[in-house]
Amino acid sequence: MTTQTATDDAPLLVAEGLGKNYGARIGCRDVSLEVFPGEVLAVVGESGSGKSTLLGLLSTELAAGAGRVSYRMRDGELRDLAGLGPAERRLLMRTDWGFVRQNPADGLRMAVSAGGNVGERLMAVGWRHYGNIREEATDWLGRVEIAADRIDDDPRAFSGGMRQRLQIARNLVTKPRLVFMDEPTGGLDVSVQARLLDLIRSLVAEMGLAVIIVTHDLAVARLLSHRMVVMRHGRVIETGLTDQVLDDPREPYTQLLVSSVLAA
Amino acid sequence: MTSHHTGEMPAIRYNFAYLDEQTKRMIRRAILKAIAIPGYQVPFAAREMPMPYGWGTGGVQVTAAVLGPHDVLKVIDQGADDTTNAVAIRGFFEKTAGVATTTATAEATIIQTRHRIPETPLGEEQILVYQVPIPEPLRFLEPRETETRQLHALEEYGLMHVKLYEDIARHGHIATTYAYPVEVAGRYVMDPSPIPKFDNPKMDDCPALQLFGAGREKRIYAIPPHTRVRSLDFEDHPFAVQRFAKPCALCAASGVYLDEVILDDRGGRMFVCSDTDYCAGRQAQGHRGEMAAPAAGQALDVMPGLDPGIHGVPPVLPAQGVDGRDKPGHDGVSDRVGGAGGMP
Ligand SMILES: Nc1ncnc2c1ncn2[C@@H]1O[C@H](COP(=O)(O)OP(=O)(O)OP(=O)(O)O)[C@@H](O)[C@H]1O
Ligand SMILES: [Mg+2]
Ligand SMILES: [Zn+2]
Repeated sequence: MTTQTATDDAPLLVAEGLGKNYGARIGCRDVSLEVFPGEVLAVVGESGSGKSTLLGLLSTELAAGAGRVSYRMRDGELRDLAGLGPAERRLLMRTDWGFVRQNPADGLRMAVSAGGNVGERLMAVGWRHYGNIREEATDWLGRVEIAADRIDDDPRAFSGGMRQRLQIARNLVTKPRLVFMDEPTGGLDVSVQARLLDLIRSLVAEMGLAVIIVTHDLAVARLLSHRMVVMRHGRVIETGLTDQVLDDPREPYTQLLVSSVLAA
Repeated sequence: MTSHHTGEMPAIRYNFAYLDEQTKRMIRRAILKAIAIPGYQVPFAAREMPMPYGWGTGGVQVTAAVLGPHDVLKVIDQGADDTTNAVAIRGFFEKTAGVATTTATAEATIIQTRHRIPETPLGEEQILVYQVPIPEPLRFLEPRETETRQLHALEEYGLMHVKLYEDIARHGHIATTYAYPVEVAGRYVMDPSPIPKFDNPKMDDCPALQLFGAGREKRIYAIPPHTRVRSLDFEDHPFAVQRFAKPCALCAASGVYLDEVILDDRGGRMFVCSDTDYCAGRQAQGHRGEMAAPAAGQALDVMPGLDPGIHGVPPVLPAQGVDGRDKPGHDGVSDRVGGAGGMP
């Protein structure tokens, strides 16, 4: 996906020297990276390499042991996220950011209808007109290819692919600028995966979203991302434009990964 | 207790109102904090009471902490003074505090209640103490206590509207008819305990102090006198109270909350005031509903006192309220599952 490049020259998110240990075990260590508006960054590596830990640190869901994360707020100012108060941080998370989890139960309210799931963020930012909330939810269900007549069904009645699409609608309804995804296609059938990836790709392009996507599937990285970072033992060992890294890896470890010897 | 020498036996001695003074001070501190932050749930070290949770132990502790020797206590359960629960709690304070008790709302200085606010408007000299089974209004959508505390702290109440949204999506209207969430003093969202939403407007700008005690969950919260209490709703689905097709069958009152009473096993039924004191008072003034006996002479066997039989139309079998509230008695675990939230 090299046709599109980052649209802006000021980074949206900046990580410097990020690290976290779990007791004596390294979660991730000394990671610095930048994500630009409209850019899709893939984080790849084998199981246990620290991808989810890094994502958690970047999104401030995990407390960093070292380093810092800064984010360009809508007013253009780059702010150290550790300096935000809890109210400000949570507002950012539910308006300007999105989260798509591998396990839909972690990203959806399973006992709440599809419409309620999509409407939650709207209500959280003050929407108080039922008819308008429903109309917006219906519109978003359509955009993620969920039939309007499923709006009152809860996600327990949905297939795996539908649940992921519902998560996407639930997050994108507030028009965020940055979305964190951890293995969003994990556990889905290949054909379902392909459809979901297509959908993500078109929404990302249409909305100009920046995405940080964790995957151990290099095909997903190739299809979606502009740039990628390769992790091993908690460190970033290689980074570059996706096609470059995949077609001409520099690191021996990346070469093994690309040649599928290390396919997770 | 079983001695024949009842006169000489050293009676079991309670501190006034059962709780020791130190415990009462602790509870009063929690109450003061609750009054200072209207609608905020203050944790307190709830004591074991000589009755099971679900029988109003939270309300009993609050009452014990605010009760003085000159207070006049009224206890109601779903509006009635004569249910087992109400009789037991009233008896408890008669025995442990020796205070005067009443069934007349206007005469009481403290009213402990389960599931109703009296119809007679309350005054500045009165305290209404609610028994609360589940204090957390967000519980049904967010079971994690750490998270709900955050939501309150940051005033993130979108979730509460998700519940109302779900109601409308499923039923075409907001189907929550009791424990209907309110916003207190423009800040905290609060569960008013399982009163019918019919009673919600009575909380707004009420001259009486309203105190809420949850024993099992160890929480106290409060609405100070003359506080703004607003029921949550949507612009296009505004809050509205239940309406009843007919007035009370016994006292002809309208604009009051009615309970359905099954009269026989052939479908005979009537709707009567859930507030028994209010109904009896109106009947004593000569008001007659369509099922009441003729006004003259042998009127209904209305007892304004402690005795049961206020609705003296035998045989009456209390049915569930028209809004499907649970039956009078106690607030057990069943309330959590099928009850107040209306959400799985
Ligand atoms: N909560 C935790 N407690 C202790 N160790 C953890 C915890 N979470 C992760 N780790 C360890 O940190 C390292 C990085 O884990 P992480 O989950 O970030 O890897 P990952 O790349 O996301 O792996 P996967 O592809 O399997 O999801 C691993 O050694 C893991 O065992
Ligand atoms: Mg992971
Ligand atoms: Zn009546």
